[in-house]
Amino acid sequence: MSGTSATAVAGGEPVVVAERLTKRFAATLAVSELSFAIRPGEIFGILGPNGSGKTTAIRMLCGLLVPTSGAARVAGVDVVADPDGVKRAIGYMSQMFGLYTDLTVDENLRFYAGVYGLEREWRARVERAMRDMLLEPVRGRLVGVLSGGFRQRVALGCALLHRPRVLFLDEPTAGVDPAARRTFWGIIRALAADGTAIVVTTHYMDEAERFDRLAFLSRGILKAVGTPAEVKTAFGAGFSLEDIFVQLQESER
Amino acid sequence: MNAGRLRTIVWKEFVQMRRDRAALGMMLGIPVVQLLLFGYAIRMDVRNLPAAVWDESRTAQSRELVQKLEATGNFRLKREAHSYREAIGLVDAGSVRAAFVIPPAFGRDLKRGRPTQVQVLVDASDPTASQSAVSAAMLVGQGENLEALERHAGAVAFAGRLPVDLRVRPLYNPALKSSIFIVPGIIGLILSVVNMIVTAMAVVRERERGTLEQLIVTPLTRAEIMIGKIAPYVLVAYTQMTAVLVLGHFVFHVPVQGSVLLIYAVSLVFIVANLGLGLFISTVVKNQAQSMQASYFLVMPMVLLSGFMFPREAMPHVAREIGLLFPLTYFLQVLRGILLKGVGLRELWPQALVLSLYAALSFTFSVRRFQKKLE
Repeated sequence: MSGTSATAVAGGEPVVVAERLTKRFAATLAVSELSFAIRPGEIFGILGPNGSGKTTAIRMLCGLLVPTSGAARVAGVDVVADPDGVKRAIGYMSQMFGLYTDLTVDENLRFYAGVYGLEREWRARVERAMRDMLLEPVRGRLVGVLSGGFRQRVALGCALLHRPRVLFLDEPTAGVDPAARRTFWGIIRALAADGTAIVVTTHYMDEAERFDRLAFLSRGILKAVGTPAEVKTAFGAGFSLEDIFVQLQESER
Repeated sequence: MNAGRLRTIVWKEFVQMRRDRAALGMMLGIPVVQLLLFGYAIRMDVRNLPAAVWDESRTAQSRELVQKLEATGNFRLKREAHSYREAIGLVDAGSVRAAFVIPPAFGRDLKRGRPTQVQVLVDASDPTASQSAVSAAMLVGQGENLEALERHAGAVAFAGRLPVDLRVRPLYNPALKSSIFIVPGIIGLILSVVNMIVTAMAVVRERERGTLEQLIVTPLTRAEIMIGKIAPYVLVAYTQMTAVLVLGHFVFHVPVQGSVLLIYAVSLVFIVANLGLGLFISTVVKNQAQSMQASYFLVMPMVLLSGFMFPREAMPHVAREIGLLFPLTYFLQVLRGILLKGVGLRELWPQALVLSLYAALSFTFSVRRFQKKLE
């Protein structure tokens, strides 16, 4: 079942291109010959059980891991040749929220503005993030005292300060209440509508159902890629995304 | 290396430092408290050392000698012994720390211009206290000599020897070495401990909280992350060192014989060496609790073997060799050399060289390890 449909929902030249991307750690093949393309404005989900190679794939695309073989271009930058260039061009937000809990919302944003080398425009960008992420009421509060939903939006604000063309979200909604999740996805969809490509990993199949396209990984191998409907058909009639997930998980045992 | 990004990390580190009031208070308070404690405790101890006297002479001369010894402030006459055995017994039991034994002939000999002897028994199990007791007693003996010489000037007596031959017999620690320079020791210790523990903690904390993972996805280079995290603590260390130096100089009258500039220069090398150690710890431990334990594991032998309090000359060979593994050992020699002896690089270059090599090696090694860990 290799439903490798490449129909793009959104338009434009692909902003993420992976070509036979492979990563081997000693004896184990973490990711094997992964190929896909993501266009601007697409919300692209990378799904699969724990240990299926999602994290390794994302880390290669972010310029953190050097692929054993294959190639990838992210936002027009070659991940092997210029990993630092990739880092400047992307935004990254992890489930752990790399925020400083002993800094205020304002200070966290200022910190990342500095980290991304925003000079004169940093103040305007921070203010913009405050508005877009609905953070005005908590700007002076320590991140440590905020709820999961607020923290998530602070993290997102930090990841978007430099206006990346590609945003990586690594299980962004883990541990966030449903209302905050809804707000979050609202912001993400607006972002995608503006042309940012979103690459997401998640364990919530109800969320994945609403992504533009999905890639299912199992043991480092791409099992299916396409719209949720295409992926489901590829696995067989009557399959839900959750069924696919469970089936892959069980096949890995 | 980008100046703006570096500045950003340093700024963040300072904001975090300022917010952690308890840690900040400790960083600034510990050196001062430590200095006052060590400084005053040792003074108290040396003053009023309980002493016994076994005066077999019972003359005006012998009573005068005892008074002079007491007048130094180092001794407080607590007991009168009635035999040599009793005098030693009192020291043995710990009820006194020193005993003066004045022989029957003392007064007579002195009057007739003949050399005479006084024995001072000192409990040297605590060398710090006994050291000053010994020197105080020596001073009194010398004073007596001068007076006696004056009295008998012209009358060539004493058969070419000093009139009062005051002999010290240190008990329990015959190799008594004089190397108690507590203020330089504290400076060295504080610089090591703060830099090592705080660096290890600061790095491990970021890893534990997942912020380090976030940082490496940003354009920050590893060098920027590390230098940015470490630079503020170098500043803290310098502040602490300055506080201890100033306090040590003005409150405890520690001399500053040599170049202050040289102290600061060598300290920088020493600080970098310890940052390297701290960074190394951060790469081998999993969490903050472990990094604390690992630091103690290093600090303890460092305190014991570096010569911070206990003279290295009195250590067995192996212990001395182990002591050579710690940068603190070399740094203390440099500090004491500069502060107390007023010597410079001409004498201290070997230590300075070792420290520089240490700093270069430990730092590069740890940075490598740290970078590998990040992948």
